[in-house]
Amino acid sequence: MTQSVSRLTWNIPGDLHQLFGFHFMVNAFRAGTVVAIVAGAVGWFMVLRRSSFVGHTLAVVSFPGAAGAIWLGISVTVGYFAASIAAALVIAMVPPSRTGGGTSGEAAVIGTVQAFALACGVLFVSLYSGILDSVTGLLFGTFLGISDDQVVTLLIVGAAVLVALVAMARPLFFASVDPDVASARRVPVRLLSTLYLVLLGCTAAEVSQITGALLVFALLVMPAAAAQQVTVRPGWSFLLTITLALAVTWLALGAAYFSIYPVGFYVTSFGFAAYALAAAGRAIGGWTGSRASANMTPLGAVDG
Amino acid sequence: MTESATNQTPDTPVSPEPTRSRGSAPAVQMMDAAVRLGGRMIWSEATLEVAPGEFVAILGPNGAGKSTLVKALLGVFPLAAGRAVVLGRPPGEAGRDIGYLPQRRNFDPGLRVRGIDIVRLGSDGDRWGVPIPGGHRLFRNRREQRHLVDEVIELVGATAYASRPIGEVSGGEQQRLLIAQALVGRPQLLLLDEPLDSLDLPNQSSVAALISRLCRERGVTVMIVAHDANPILSYLDRVVYLARGRAVSGTPAEVITSATLTSLYGTPIEVLSASDGRLVVVGEPEAPAHHTDRHAGHPGHSGHSGHSGHDPGTAR
Repeated sequence: MTQSVSRLTWNIPGDLHQLFGFHFMVNAFRAGTVVAIVAGAVGWFMVLRRSSFVGHTLAVVSFPGAAGAIWLGISVTVGYFAASIAAALVIAMVPPSRTGGGTSGEAAVIGTVQAFALACGVLFVSLYSGILDSVTGLLFGTFLGISDDQVVTLLIVGAAVLVALVAMARPLFFASVDPDVASARRVPVRLLSTLYLVLLGCTAAEVSQITGALLVFALLVMPAAAAQQVTVRPGWSFLLTITLALAVTWLALGAAYFSIYPVGFYVTSFGFAAYALAAAGRAIGGWTGSRASANMTPLGAVDG
Repeated sequence: MTESATNQTPDTPVSPEPTRSRGSAPAVQMMDAAVRLGGRMIWSEATLEVAPGEFVAILGPNGAGKSTLVKALLGVFPLAAGRAVVLGRPPGEAGRDIGYLPQRRNFDPGLRVRGIDIVRLGSDGDRWGVPIPGGHRLFRNRREQRHLVDEVIELVGATAYASRPIGEVSGGEQQRLLIAQALVGRPQLLLLDEPLDSLDLPNQSSVAALISRLCRERGVTVMIVAHDANPILSYLDRVVYLARGRAVSGTPAEVITSATLTSLYGTPIEVLSASDGRLVVVGEPEAPAHHTDRHAGHPGHSGHSGHSGHDPGTAR
């Protein structure tokens, strides 16, 4: 990074004034806000559907997309989205595993796609023979140089993803937790799964542009996983997920501005802290709760 | 088959439900139906008729196609021959009027979704969009939906644990919640696939009593897949027995007999009656080996074949 390090003075209004004094910081916050909301919403379903591996793969695939776009001299944003959406459609074509015990066949295909994508990314970077710094940015995130056009693109794609997600939220929830009954009730389980993968691809491409391709879980998994530890009410945990994603993103952008370390590190650390706190809180709550109920219920009242 | 189905209706117990009168159209009708999966005929020439409000068991050895019959009625598997009418419509078009409980669903213990949310999905899970938060204060139908969800949870006796994550409650408690889910759409027909499977004996009899109460008090037609008829035997109006690709239907007294089962299986079968009224079927052959290939396509069947040894209805 070439900027001189700005120091946090702990004069908060002054610091904020300094933070938003630069257009690139304003754009970083705009982009971060859009990405946090979309990642929280889509990530909530990803955690519910246990499809984190797919989400990670779609994000990793965005790396060769972006690297290839740089090499070819076309828009990096287009590279991100094209690669992730194409990968989502490829994964959607894998027939769902019906042998029971889950997604082993699927996981093998996904892992293959992921490894090949990373390799292609490395190839594109060396074909371009660019600066090492750009690789770090693509993999681990950067908030420098987000253009106005990029913000607009993120906003349009993000809004489209959110509208689509809200429109299919209830049947998608049904198909995610109870696919057998959902399909008996004529919920198009397979179609919803494909549509969801495309939304996840768009989201992974968006998040990659802030956290880097390797750290998308910071916004896709951590807020949702933390929120689902805190509450089992779907509405509340959904809103809490988006709140946590926003808080993590804003804090991380601020911290990254006032230090020399990359933004991906901060997003991930704050997300991890949120999850650790939520899990610890639940463990402590469960421990005291079970002690209390053990004191109250007589032996034999235990219901298997 | 057909003849026993039609001449049996007058013998069914007198019921206060007007829907159970003889003149009304059958709830479920199958005529010479056949299902072919992966090029193999599962069963054929299945003819049966279920009157509204009847309690019917679908019996048979593992791999006989009991779940397939349920899925054919749901319209998930198409018929290769014959036809079926479910609640006056072709299979798959009755929607919310059918409550369905699939075989052996165990929720991931880590699934952080409440039982009450799973139940509610039975009422509106197939609708697009999301419910408006707090909408029950604004809209009467949302209030009614909430009441209905609470009512069915109360009805199955699951109120105490409906707000706990579904993965954390016991198998019997999950089964009650899933029955509530099947009921919440106010169905006219319940299709229950092995609802007593994986439950301990006290839970088996209490869930069986619950299902029969729903059938009698609410006039819901119930078709229940079972590999052991004994927990539900005293409630049954009719049984459908599937074996060797064929189906026989009639009252339990007609079907679960040495003569009927011997002709169905084509080998000597003996039905013994224990002193407590339980029926024991002796000589039932093992499920033929070629059935095992089908298990790959049906997650619910896997690991199932080993269970018949514990089955009190099947002694060898």
